[in-house]
Amino acid sequence: MERPAATVGRSPAVGTEIGERRSVRYLIRRFVALLVTLWVALTVNFALPRLMPGTPVETMFARYQGKVSPTAIHAMQLAFGLNTKTGELGQYFTYLGHVVSGNLGVSFSYFPASVSSLIGSALPWTLGLVGFATVLAFLLGTTLGMVAAWRRGTAGWRQASIVDSALVPFGLMLGALPSFWIALILLYFIAFKFGWFPIGGGLSPGHGLAGWSGFVDLIHHAALPAITLTFISMGLWILLMRNNMLTVLGEDYVKFARAKGLRDRVVAYHYAARNAILPVFAQLALALGIVVGGQVFIEIVFSYPGIGYLLLQAVENEDYPLMQGIFLIFTVALLLASFLADVLYVFLDPRIRMESHT
Amino acid sequence: MKWRDLLHNRRAVAGALLLAFFAIVAVFAPMIVPYSPTDINFTPLLTPSASHLLGTTANGQDILSQLIWGARASLFVGLVCATLISLVQLVLGVFAGYVGGLFDTVATAVTNVFLVLPSLPLLIILAAYLRGGSLFVLIGVITVTGWAWGAKVLRAQAIALRERPFVQAARATGESRVHIVMSHIVPNMLGIIVSNFFGAALFAILAEAGLEFIGLGNINDITWGTMLYWGQEGDAVLLGAWVWLLVPGLCLALLGTALGLLNFAVDEIANPRLRRF
Repeated sequence: MERPAATVGRSPAVGTEIGERRSVRYLIRRFVALLVTLWVALTVNFALPRLMPGTPVETMFARYQGKVSPTAIHAMQLAFGLNTKTGELGQYFTYLGHVVSGNLGVSFSYFPASVSSLIGSALPWTLGLVGFATVLAFLLGTTLGMVAAWRRGTAGWRQASIVDSALVPFGLMLGALPSFWIALILLYFIAFKFGWFPIGGGLSPGHGLAGWSGFVDLIHHAALPAITLTFISMGLWILLMRNNMLTVLGEDYVKFARAKGLRDRVVAYHYAARNAILPVFAQLALALGIVVGGQVFIEIVFSYPGIGYLLLQAVENEDYPLMQGIFLIFTVALLLASFLADVLYVFLDPRIRMESHT
Repeated sequence: MKWRDLLHNRRAVAGALLLAFFAIVAVFAPMIVPYSPTDINFTPLLTPSASHLLGTTANGQDILSQLIWGARASLFVGLVCATLISLVQLVLGVFAGYVGGLFDTVATAVTNVFLVLPSLPLLIILAAYLRGGSLFVLIGVITVTGWAWGAKVLRAQAIALRERPFVQAARATGESRVHIVMSHIVPNMLGIIVSNFFGAALFAILAEAGLEFIGLGNINDITWGTMLYWGQEGDAVLLGAWVWLLVPGLCLALLGTALGLLNFAVDEIANPRLRRF
């Protein structure tokens, strides 16, 4: 979690051109890593149903026999490696080919809908919620963490500030809250008791997305899930930012800035926070994992029509093709998000451009 | 890191006291519970009263008795999973980092794969395949999904310690690699290991409750997760039975906060830059 803060004194003699070439090389390396991990994730997804003990998949086929067309059953049996003479390796390449062409198979519980079409219609709901909550939680959390560290760091030797003493347990508590429970409690009090928000769904029944009223309806339904998600994912940012900021406040250049009489605000924002926020930003991939976890439960509690809710339907109906497709899409989304964070990081942190990575 | 420091750290003391409270409740649960937690013969949906301090469920069970009993499962899962996760991290993180070579390469590759797999969806899918899961199935699934991040952190520490003079001296005297790891590397990174242990316990307890909440555990076990599952199934929200929903989650949050405080405080003590001001 801790990195050496700014490499003060290093002369920026390395030319911009070399810096640019290095950052391109860095990004290419990250992209290759993305492709490799993507391939590994696909392989895991292929292997998972084949490694499971017992007969969950066969039970599923028995259950859906007659309800789903025989050709679909046969196609899915091939995909899961049942009743087939093709070797594992042949199955594996067929599977890779299918996934690359966007064919994730047919959902059994929503037959004849394809897995990719179901995921496609659920994805925008989830992306909207996760995107909004992640940005808001990052802004709120890092601000609070910065304030906590500043208060503590400037309060004198071993003297805790009230703000810091309150914010640290608060951040820890946010991280320890079961997301589904906080969602249930908010659902009960704010939506059901007070009636401020609808108690579930993405839009009112019979309501289209068209026009201003459709937009208002959308926001009205999204508000409570989004607030809940922001709330539970904020804790990590508070703690990461606070700890990084405390580390940076111990650096000589911050002490020097204070010693020469710069105003607190200038030291806090321009010297300390700027250097402390970069390593925090680098934890985005870790944070997204937490957000996604919370997201699944929050969608389930609020019956919000996104990927998490779809996953619950798949689990309850033992719809393994749908489950696997959802797992794949979560993996791809997280990988892409952390790659984008890497790209952004290169632009934010000149050290990545200047230093060689060995 | 000095263990004495823990007593001077308010967060560590608060976390330890809270954890001790839940541990005592869990151990002595059979003696404390006012009724049998499986007894379903009470009037359903009673509001809190003197005979049922927290009321009853829609299935006619005493909520307080279930709550007390539920502490056992959470603490058991937390303790067992954190121990197993720590062992995996010790082998694939600390030991691999110290010995290097092929073993380290393989261990790092495996760690990186598990790092990118989204842990909660993976948990849900594994638990769904192993349906009808007892507590032990959940423990296995949680251990498999929860070790990677800590292993990466511990490996970095082990590599940093590898070339320190006292470790080189131990190598020069011809001590075995396992012995060097256990008696020279591990004691010098005990703070991070202990902090990770509490972090793993927190992850495990929340994961277990979450899986049970969506019906992927054994729904007849009495745990905080299944209490919330039955509350949701029994439409506790619509029936206004908010105590039924409130208390299991509150206990989870308090136990989680206790573990989070310990995780944070141990980290703080082991990493002097966080407190030296």
